[in-house]
Amino acid sequence: MRRIPLSALIGLVLTGLFLFAAIFADFIAPYPLDAVLGKVWEPPSAQFWLGTDTIGRDIFSRLIYGGQITIFVALASSLLSFGLGSFLGFLAAVRGGWVDQGLSRLVDLVMAIPTLIVALVVLSVLPINLTVLILIMGLLDSTRVFRLARAVAMDIAVMDYVEAARLRGEGQVWVIFREILPNALSPLVAEFGLRFIFAVLFISTLSFLGLGIQPPLADWGGMVKENKDGLVYGKAAALMPALAIALLAISVNLVADWVLSRTSSLKGGRGA
Amino acid sequence: MPELLEIKNLRIEATSYPPGEPPRDVVLVDDVSVSVAKGRVLGLIGESGAGKSTIGLSAMAYGRGGVRLTGGEVWLNGRDLRALGAGDLRALRGREVTYVAQSAAAAFNPAQRLIEQVIETSLTHGLMGRTEAEARAVDLFRKLGLPNPETFGNRYPHQVSGGQLQRAMTAMALCPKPDLVIFDEPTTALDVTTQIDVLAAIKEAIRDTGVAALYITHDLAVVAQVADDILVLRHGKKVEYGTTAEIITAPKEAYTQALVSVRGIDHVEKAPAPSVLSIQGVTARYRGTHFDVLKNVTLDLPAGQTLAVVGESGSGKSTLARAITGLLPPARGRIVFGGRELSPALESRTKDDLRELQMIYQMADVAMNPRQTVGTIIGRPLEFYFGLKGEAKRKRVQELLDQIEMGKGYIDRYPAELSGGQKQRVCIARALAAKPKLIICDEVTSALDPLVADGILKLLLNLQAQEHVAYLFITHDLATVKAIADRIAVMYRGEVVRYGTKTDVLTPPFDDYTDLLLSSVPEMELGWLENVLAHRKMESAGN
Amino acid sequence: MHPILRLVVQRIALGLLLLLAVSVLIYAGTEALPGDVAQAILGQSATPEALANLREALGLNQPGYVRYFNWLGGVLTGDFGKALTNGQDIGQAIAQRLGNTLFLAGCAAAISVPLAVGLGLVAARYNGRWPDKVISGITLSTISLPEFVAAYFVIYLLTQVFPIFQPVAMVFPGMGFWEKLQAVALPVLVLVLVVLAHMMRMTRAAILNVMQSAYIETAELKGLSPMRVIWRHALPNAVAPIISVVVINLAYLVVGVVVVEVVFGYNALGQYLVDHVAKRDLPVVQAVGLIFAAVYIGLNILADVLSIIANPRLRHPK
Repeated sequence: MRRIPLSALIGLVLTGLFLFAAIFADFIAPYPLDAVLGKVWEPPSAQFWLGTDTIGRDIFSRLIYGGQITIFVALASSLLSFGLGSFLGFLAAVRGGWVDQGLSRLVDLVMAIPTLIVALVVLSVLPINLTVLILIMGLLDSTRVFRLARAVAMDIAVMDYVEAARLRGEGQVWVIFREILPNALSPLVAEFGLRFIFAVLFISTLSFLGLGIQPPLADWGGMVKENKDGLVYGKAAALMPALAIALLAISVNLVADWVLSRTSSLKGGRGA
Repeated sequence: MPELLEIKNLRIEATSYPPGEPPRDVVLVDDVSVSVAKGRVLGLIGESGAGKSTIGLSAMAYGRGGVRLTGGEVWLNGRDLRALGAGDLRALRGREVTYVAQSAAAAFNPAQRLIEQVIETSLTHGLMGRTEAEARAVDLFRKLGLPNPETFGNRYPHQVSGGQLQRAMTAMALCPKPDLVIFDEPTTALDVTTQIDVLAAIKEAIRDTGVAALYITHDLAVVAQVADDILVLRHGKKVEYGTTAEIITAPKEAYTQALVSVRGIDHVEKAPAPSVLSIQGVTARYRGTHFDVLKNVTLDLPAGQTLAVVGESGSGKSTLARAITGLLPPARGRIVFGGRELSPALESRTKDDLRELQMIYQMADVAMNPRQTVGTIIGRPLEFYFGLKGEAKRKRVQELLDQIEMGKGYIDRYPAELSGGQKQRVCIARALAAKPKLIICDEVTSALDPLVADGILKLLLNLQAQEHVAYLFITHDLATVKAIADRIAVMYRGEVVRYGTKTDVLTPPFDDYTDLLLSSVPEMELGWLENVLAHRKMESAGN
Repeated sequence: MHPILRLVVQRIALGLLLLLAVSVLIYAGTEALPGDVAQAILGQSATPEALANLREALGLNQPGYVRYFNWLGGVLTGDFGKALTNGQDIGQAIAQRLGNTLFLAGCAAAISVPLAVGLGLVAARYNGRWPDKVISGITLSTISLPEFVAAYFVIYLLTQVFPIFQPVAMVFPGMGFWEKLQAVALPVLVLVLVVLAHMMRMTRAAILNVMQSAYIETAELKGLSPMRVIWRHALPNAVAPIISVVVINLAYLVVGVVVVEVVFGYNALGQYLVDHVAKRDLPVVQAVGLIFAAVYIGLNILADVLSIIANPRLRHPK
């Protein structure tokens, strides 16, 4: 087994901690999400580890529940973008012809505008709820996965070993699942990490703008928004949700970097 | 009198960064000593990884990407280069020593006119004025046989051909009147017929200017034409060092002897036999183009024999393979295989058609799925065509591995864990596993070092004797053809210009193109180059 | 026609076509989504008359393509229609705010471009040594931060820990240039941070790519001075990729501006857009969305055109 570099180890441990806290939020969080328990902006104490927020709720508990929602929404939308994007990307690469042309032009069109702008335009009409948010983020981001998956599959599809399989008389199923997929998997796995980060940042941004997760639910982006006045009064605790976003993004980035570097070294040979 | 260049006990190291492991130092060159006198040409020869380019660049005290001179001395014109500072080295590079790279196309700045680059060193080192330098450049262009020497330099690198760029790079190296020029595989990237002309131009320019040279190549026959002395290298160490005549006619070391006698395979042409493959009037073009890449090709390949298809890049020889395998259905013509007409498109061929017609590729690296073990790669055709499974399949895979002389211990390895020659052997085993009547071999030895290539050719001949399999052998290398073919087809711009038994094709009188092609293959003998140029009928194709 | 001119014209035409397609997308995105737009705007409790009035006002009774062409015709003549919420003329509202947004983005670009290119040059020059590691390390840590997170870190640092700035950025008509500059210092700093990392890393990669070319080795083996190698051989080839890297990253400012304006309560186009998304004021969203898209597409065209012009192979065809 290869040694895991320190940076990746840190990333793995932190990512694991975040996931653990999100899954077992009900057991870890000392107080309920919405309970007003103390005074406004109480400093950290044994009772409130990170102090209380702008209306006296426990920041630590809210962070844990907020993480649960942030991670859930991001995971759902990145699974959607990943599944849809890689499926259509492979399809475009293997089928070629009008399927490829049609899908590629559509993706070009969507990617010609910044994702945030498209999302804002669409959100001005649709009701804002979890399903809609996940769908919008997933669909918009699937364009990037599509491009990557298509490019990776195209690169592999022109390899002599794929031609050899076709000349042998192998069917499409064998070609896709036995020849192309095993070689495309690792770059796609690293890409999944990046899509997840993107989804975390995206949902946080939307919530911060007031167009994401709606109260009474709260995610980290929304918590930044509701506590932003605290910052003006010098309450460092108001920064905690922002810090959580940054920490999660960086840890997943570290893991994805490591996966990516591992895959490029696995290729062996000329790597042509 | 001291020699111009004197290298003593040179040791060169580099740091390698294997993925997932701590970096470590590797020795590229160890204890190598050579010298070059004024006006002499020293040939450095060896396979890839022999350290020949590294030694060449050490004469300019230059190391590529982390390569360091860690021991020994390099003396040039009486000064030890290892003791010189950066400024002194700059004063010497481009003035006393110059360099000609393998790929001139990459070595020229794409944003500058050729003349500017050719005369740059003459100006920056203050050797001559602009007018004089330009006049000298034009003179060198003329000497090197470039078209319109007066205006040639006004072009940009992408506006001239590869052969011309290589000459222009030679002119660039000679322009500042250096004492020593390092030629680093200057003709390797060129087509065979172009290579000879460039080689001749370089040789003439060296003779005319009286410059000394280090000529680096992997091809002993090429270096024998230009060098006075030869240093044979292997794994960064000296194998043998002597005059060209000594090395070519009386090599002492076993490795040198093997290099000299490479492709000395004695292959006697087989007697006529009924055809296994018959190509009749095949014409083909790629989709969306208006140009036939194959024009009315008609060929026959007797069962159990070898038909070599020879030609340069763009001759259509690889397209012929695509037409036969069904990847590019021909527009016209028929292909009869094993007594039945093959359907043009791959999709409508029977499983037996596919099984009996196998293919081996040039790049064994990309011809095998890097995520499959040798056992899977060879085992899949057994399973697919014959339904072999489990222990029976594994046993047959091992038999095949024995047949390709690889033996035990390879069945569970991945391609990345094999050497270049072993990879190609596994590809051969995969083809053999299908029990084919015909194997198409597309430049299967061109990516390999000469000795390894020799082993592959011998293996293919043995297998043909055992299995009675026919080969359609596609290559640009006539030496290989002589070693393996029973019949030969010469292709030029999509047409077969000459076809027949090996003896017939290789016996004069020749048509012009075959003559050019045959005369372009360097022979391992002194004075061959001059001889050939004196008897040429046709200008080389790539000029 | 010179091949370069032809390529440039082609690229611009393609860009305009793309913009047209995007305008369809934006229009269709707001009009053709499931559900009744009037209902969505007014909510479930709306009275039938109110719904009917709104449908009339939006022209919802006409077929979709007619409404699209009416809208597009208006946009092309500078008439963006009226806002649903307050009846204000959208064109005027945009005109007032566009200047503020451009001022903010312009300041950010003026600082980040030279800084990114300069740092990229230094990092590439000392590739793998400590200046490169320091620069790359710092930029890497800002790369995974969303704009508003970066903004709050900066606000906390520079208004609380070191109280140098005000945490809001207000600009009024009639403010002096210098005053304005002071007011936008913080948001500009945030935008610079956000765009700098990407721009610098891509600049570094572009230069390294050129520096690793064989012709740079040729130049070094000619014994040229490092300055001459860079000036005559590296730079002419690196200019094109650097320009296109810079322009593409400027396009990212489009997104950054929206968020940063909201953070600092800066009264400009991004804030205007976000407010009206929340109010479901479709005509405003369509108009501003189209403007942002046009800027983004325009910058991307510019990047392509510049790299076409800078390519010697295209400038001097065979």
